[in-house]
Amino acid sequence: MKYAYYPGCSLRGTGRAYEESLLAVFRALDIDVEEIDDWNCCGATTYMSVDELTSYALAGRNLALAAREHSDIIAPCAACYLVLQKTQHYMREYPNIKLLVTRALSAIGLTYREQVRVRHPLDVLLNDIGLKDIGRKVKVPLNGLKIAPYYGCQIVRPYSTFDDQGDPTSMDRLLEACGAKIVRYTLKTRCCGGSQKGTLPEVGLDLIHYLLSEALKNGAEVIATVCPLCQFNLESFQKEAGDRHHPASIPVLYFSQLMALALGASGDSIGLRRGLVPIEPVLANKEIAYA
Amino acid sequence: MDLKRTVKFEADRDPEFARWVSQTVGGERIRHCLQCGLCSGKCPLSLYMDYTPRRLMHLSREGFKEEVLGSTSIWLCTACYACMVECPKEINITHLLYALKRRAIEEGRYPRRFAIPIMARQFSQMVRGSGRITESWLIMQVFLRSAIWRLLGMSRLGLKLLRRGRMPLKRERIQRRAEISALLDSVEATRKELAL
Repeated sequence: MKYAYYPGCSLRGTGRAYEESLLAVFRALDIDVEEIDDWNCCGATTYMSVDELTSYALAGRNLALAAREHSDIIAPCAACYLVLQKTQHYMREYPNIKLLVTRALSAIGLTYREQVRVRHPLDVLLNDIGLKDIGRKVKVPLNGLKIAPYYGCQIVRPYSTFDDQGDPTSMDRLLEACGAKIVRYTLKTRCCGGSQKGTLPEVGLDLIHYLLSEALKNGAEVIATVCPLCQFNLESFQKEAGDRHHPASIPVLYFSQLMALALGASGDSIGLRRGLVPIEPVLANKEIAYA
Repeated sequence: MDLKRTVKFEADRDPEFARWVSQTVGGERIRHCLQCGLCSGKCPLSLYMDYTPRRLMHLSREGFKEEVLGSTSIWLCTACYACMVECPKEINITHLLYALKRRAIEEGRYPRRFAIPIMARQFSQMVRGSGRITESWLIMQVFLRSAIWRLLGMSRLGLKLLRRGRMPLKRERIQRRAEISALLDSVEATRKELAL
């Protein structure tokens, strides 16, 4: 089966390493993806605060474009993943929204198909490929690297059904299959503050600090994330958050970077050097001899 | 001494606002609220709010418009959905918070140069024009209009990201931009026709 792939805007900016590593994981596991032709911005949480109806139409265009040839869409970004799902839910629940989106789509020659499934890479990797197959393909085991798995909010809430909403474990299991050790991380679905670091900076820094210090307290050597905004927040403001509270510094990677390393990808091809807190010393210390 | 009445009177309510709340997307089930407080307990931001989610639910459904639209809570909500998935009465709390935020923006109830409405406006304009967001430009535009002094502090981070190829300055654009305008025009037409 070929999946439609919806990268979203962040994966072309701050989240480039997410896309590079995710595509490397897909290649290593023979997952066939095709980028949605001429996709547009999902609207994220921000558009919803200005004009809700328009944001459904924007998401509808992506759903309709994908549905022309595919039955499943992979959306790695948390905001994209949520907005696409929310649009589907609202079109089912509110006839007026359905009418509005259907009309808008037909104005540009597109048809809305309800059946298309919005999937997160964690879901696809775990349920379509499976831990056994992934484990078999591991070339460079992660040698017990201690990882705090951070899911953030919008992957698991409110609509997704592939994992628990309060205590998800899909990323834990995938990384364990690659030889990592998952540390206890009770804040795994607590909010990172989203765009608050930009809008209400003090509050944003507090939330970021709780997440960093909890990971360090539990012995983590790296935090693994699934969302471009979470990754950006946790990595970019460690000094500021430390100045406000107490110092806390730890590399923050995408889960897909860690998986890609284990599956044999080279560090350069998956954006390892794009990180602001270097991971290389940690990997060397664990004697993980990646390419 | 600046003394104010600390108890609200029924006469302070705005029944029209209460009606709007119960009919807006997200507010439909608000009458069922038990005031149990699970939402406030789960909310990672309630510690910073003047009215916690539980109190905000009650004030909204009773029509205390001034308190609700003037509260810090609607700006603090990050839409993490922690409250919504816990609500035993399945009230779409997060969606209602979005509706309250939109209403406050529409009515201009926020401080001058406040970053959140500016960000919302710049974001939607960029999507209208290009179909996609270029993060570097969006951030710059928001800070230019809200807190220009912070651009300086951000510039070090910006440079680091630029060097690592994470802050491309080239504008992202879709090819068929005319489709976006046609899409938005159609939304406007339906909105008017159905009075949504």
